[in-house]
Order: sequence, then structure tokens, then C-alpha cells
Amino acid sequence: MKLLNYTLGYLSIALLAIISVWAVVFYLNLIDEVRDSLDDGLENNKMVIIQKVQKDSTTLARAGFSAHSYAIRQIPERLGLQVKDRYTDTLMYTPSEEDLEPFRMLTTAFIHQGNYYELKVVASTIEEDDLLEGLLYSMIWLYVFILISVVVINNLLLRRIWTPFYRLLDKLKTFRLDRDQSIETTTTRVKEFKELNETVDRLVTQTVNTYHSQKQFIENAAHELQTPLAISLNKLELLAENEDLSDKHLEAIGQVIETLHRLSRLNKSLLLISKIENNQYGEMTKVSINEIVKTLISEYEDFAGIRKVHIHVQENAGLDAFMNKDLAAILLSNLLKNAIIHNIRGGDVQLTLNANSLVISNTGIDVPLKQQKMFRRFQKESNKKSSIGLGLAIAKAIADLYDMDLSYSYYQERHEMKINFKKSR
Amino acid sequence: MIVYRTLQTLRSCQSFPTLSSFIHQLCTMKLLLVEDESDLLEVIQQSLEKEQYVVETADTYAQALHKIISFEYDCILLDIMLPDGDGLHLLAELKAMDKSDNVIIISAKDSVEDKIKGLDMGADDYLVKPFHIAELNARIKSVLRRKALNGRDTLKVGNLGIDLRERQAEVGDVELLLNRKEFDILSYLLINKNRLVNKAALAEQIWGDYMDEADDYEFMYSQIKNLRRKLKESDAGIEIQTIYGIGYKLIPV
Repeated sequence: MKLLNYTLGYLSIALLAIISVWAVVFYLNLIDEVRDSLDDGLENNKMVIIQKVQKDSTTLARAGFSAHSYAIRQIPERLGLQVKDRYTDTLMYTPSEEDLEPFRMLTTAFIHQGNYYELKVVASTIEEDDLLEGLLYSMIWLYVFILISVVVINNLLLRRIWTPFYRLLDKLKTFRLDRDQSIETTTTRVKEFKELNETVDRLVTQTVNTYHSQKQFIENAAHELQTPLAISLNKLELLAENEDLSDKHLEAIGQVIETLHRLSRLNKSLLLISKIENNQYGEMTKVSINEIVKTLISEYEDFAGIRKVHIHVQENAGLDAFMNKDLAAILLSNLLKNAIIHNIRGGDVQLTLNANSLVISNTGIDVPLKQQKMFRRFQKESNKKSSIGLGLAIAKAIADLYDMDLSYSYYQERHEMKINFKKSR
Repeated sequence: MIVYRTLQTLRSCQSFPTLSSFIHQLCTMKLLLVEDESDLLEVIQQSLEKEQYVVETADTYAQALHKIISFEYDCILLDIMLPDGDGLHLLAELKAMDKSDNVIIISAKDSVEDKIKGLDMGADDYLVKPFHIAELNARIKSVLRRKALNGRDTLKVGNLGIDLRERQAEVGDVELLLNRKEFDILSYLLINKNRLVNKAALAEQIWGDYMDEADDYEFMYSQIKNLRRKLKESDAGIEIQTIYGIGYKLIPV
């Protein structure tokens, strides 16, 4: 839900409550005021009628209200003494409306020439349900009008006020730590947005710096390791040529050489990833995936042969990609190698080349692998000593660099890696 | 890897003028090793001296510059990251003196750009640290052979001769039929004869960087087994020894 609508939602509920409470209070006040004013009028009429009676006693002879707004009847003294001025609401028939209409009635008593009389004075009053109805409709109109105004104001004013915020949001959405250096903020007079801009700016700068220094660190560390590695490796190789060594010593040296070799490969892989992520592989060309696949298969012939793994290729179409040629070879070779290594004896690898995608499917362990874990660095599915767990991370880094989609699925007891080369085009 | 392959193609395409074609390979070769890391300098020097080369060393830019101006070398191993100057400048100096065709760059940098830059400036080869001694030997010998031989690229040990350009092997006058991998293994071991060749170095040489699953030498063992059988059947005067746990050594018998 958008912020504008969100505030609007709360505002409409609040307005409804406020207007309703206000309407009740207004109504009660209004009714009270009307009664007060009517009662004053009735009091006045009472005085006028009593004075009239003093002058003209024929008035007393009239019974009922008939055409007048008052009625007089004689009452016994006992009752007359008890009467106090009493205001009541009542309904009376009015010929004009041909219906019962609400009236305000003052019931009082007076003494004329020793006789007690009860006097009822009436005045037409407002119809409360009409008033209520009228009030309700005007309230609804007021409510609708206020809501429309709020929507309009919100959209015009708030939208403008919130512009810096939405701009910042757009910038943050497209921000990529590995590509952008900083974030551009718009100037604003609003204190909160200023603070937000400053905070985001600081955070981004800090993060970018940390990211770069970490990347730099990995790169430097890997570089700096090359020379000591070279020294240790070469010294051991030289030492191994010593004629005096026993088989036991040689075996130990061989193991250390092996370990150093692994360390060196690990180092090279780390450098490779860091270079891919730094986009240091320029020079993109149109690369024929079909050609690379053919070359790779001939490279891996022995390797697959010794494991009794058969490689089949199905070329449904010529597949070209616009990328760095070395990286294309690394990407495909890592996937192909995995398909061969994590296979079973007598299994097979099936490569299918389509117009936009390459599918490498292979037999293997009959348990599907976890897609979200497999592309992470140093994630090993096997506990092979020599596997350093960077092959798929490298493949993923290359796919990400060129906005390709690299995905894994397990289908009919086969592991399937699919590269979608033209995801973004 | 691709770069390396390109290098190999480049190398095989180039035919260098053979000014010193009369120099025989057995003559003492003079090498200059420019490396600022003293430990590495020492170990490479020791290893090269085993090959009967005369090795001179320089650990600074200034020293190296002085030596290349004053002396002639058959091969120069050049670390391009030196504390007091850029090794690539030395290369430029060498190029100006028309001596850059026998330079092998040794560097911790393995980016394609660095390699291309070095090769464009006239270096003959580019070796990334860390490397195996066998690999360094092979590269040096490749440079020296090209300097020394007139259009042919052959190696001879006992009655076994191989032609690296034609990719043919002979025992006496009889051709020894080898498959591609067997030939590669044999030539690499032959180049490093009497030296211990690490199996990882051999695997990397024959199968390339792709083949980095260290405990998968199985495929190599079978090739070596076949190679040994063929060498024995043809009475070649060499033997491929297995050095337990480490690798192989080719020795004349």
C-alpha cells in the first residue's frame, strides 16, 4: 500500500469518527436551542393569553385547541394547586400536513375569579427525523467533500513534498554495490528528508568503501601469496630431487607439494572470481558456444573415458553469446567438469544446445542438490579432498556478470544445469 | 589457459632468425635471473644450475639494467614487479637493444592484459607464479632451442629422438607411434630429463588448467603405462621412473 493511500485510509476513518461525534453534538445543541427558543415563545404566549383572559372572559368558554394555539379548561382547585409549568413534546393533527406533527406544549394553570383553569399552549416545532435526515445527508456530503479535498491535496501537495523520498528510493532500487560508487540525492528543504539523504549517502559511501577495500584485500592477499607459494613449491621440488631421500620422505614431500598445489589453485580461483566481479575481463566478442563445447569435449575425452562417462551432444541450433571468450570457456568447462566428476561409472552427460540456452544434464547421485547452496563459495557437495568448491561459484559469477540465468534442477533422476544466455535481451 | 594455448600457437608460428644457429645446445648457456624476492631467486638459481647453466642474478632494477647493458645473455628471466622500477621498462630497454626475444616474464600477475602487454613488448613467454620447476625448465629450453636450432625443433636422448614441430618420435630410424597425449608426456619428460617432474605439473602441462582435480591422476597413469610399454617394445634407451608420491623422472639407461 502506498504511503499516500495509507495516510488516506487512516484519515478517512478518523474523519468519519470526528464528523459523527460532531454531528451528534451539533444535533443535540441544535435541538436544545430550538426548544429553548420555543419554550420562551410559549411562556410569552402564556402571559398574553392570561392577560387576554383577564380582559375578555369569553375566552374561557372555548374548549379544545380548534384553530388556536391554546386550550383552556377548568380544573378543580385541588388539581390546580398542584400544577406547575410543564413543557412536553407532543404530536397533534395539522390539517395543512394532514398528519400528526410534532408540537411543543406548555401546560400551566392560572386562577381567574377564584376558579382554577388549566392552560395548554402549543407551538409547532421542527420534525426531528426530518432534521436528522437533513443533517445526515449534509454530513455525508461534507465527509465526501473533505475526503475528495484530502485526496486532491494529498496527491498534489504530499506527492510534491515526498518527491525527494521517491527519488531516493528509485536510486536505491537501481543501486549496485559492485558498479556504483555513490548515490546521488536531490536537495530538499524538509529536515527529515535532508537527514535521510545524508544518512543514506553516508551509509552508501561507507559500504562502498568497505566493499572495495575487502575486494582489494582478497586480491592483494591472493597476489601476495603467489610468491611465498612459488618459493615453497620450488624449494620442495628441488629438495625432492635429492638422492639421499627415502621413499617415506619422498612421500611426505609429495603430500606437501600436493597441498601447495591445491593452495595455489585455490588462490588462482579466488583471483579469478575477484577479477570477474571487478569486471576486469573486458573485450567481449561474439562467441560460438557450439565451438567451445566441441573443443571442451575433446579436452575432457580422457577424463570422461577413465570414468566410463559418455558425453552426448545435441545441437538443436547454433548458439552464440556476446561475452569474453576466456570466461565463456571457463563457465562451460566448470559445468562440464562438474557433470563428469559428480557422475556415476557408466553414466552419461547430455549437452543440449538450443537457440538461447545450453542444458547440461547428467546422471549422478539420486538425491537432488540444493540450488540455493550450490552456487555459494566453498560449498562442497562431495568431500573430495581436491575439490575446492569454487567451480560453481565462478560459473555463477560469470553468469551474473553477463546477466545470464544459471539454474539447477533435478528431473527424472538427472541433474540439470541450464544457462539461459539471453535472459535480459 | 587460452592465453597459454595462444602462446604455443604463436611460438610455433614464429621462425626466428637463427643468428647463433651454430651454438650447440651442450654449450654452456648464460642466463640472467631478475627477481627481488631473495628466497625465490636462490631456489630458481639452484634449480637452473642443476641444468648446467651459468646463472647470474639481479635483485633490483638498477642492477638488472646494468647487467643487460653490459653483458649478453641467452635467456633472461624477468620479474616485472621490482622494488625500484617497473620490469616492463627493462623489457623496453631490451627491445631497444633488440634483445627482447629471449625474455621470459615471471610474474604474480596473471591477468590477460598483463600477459598481452608483456608479449607485445617483445617478451617471449609469460610464466605466472607459482610455477613448477619443470615448467620453468621447459619454457627456458624452448627459448634456447629456438635460438640455437635452424628451423628444426628436435630433442635427442640416446637412441630416442623427437621432433617437436612435426610431432614425431623415432627410436633409431624406426618411427615410434604415439598418440597425442603420449607424445606430450614424453616430450615434457624428455625436456626435463634427469629431473623430477611433479605429477601435478605434468597433468597441468598435458591436460591444461581444466584438469585441476588433483586426486584424478588415474587418467595419467594409464597413459604413462602405455608409453612405457611402447618405449620398452621399441628398445628405446630411456626409462620413465616413478618417484613414489611425487611424480616421474626420465633417465637414459
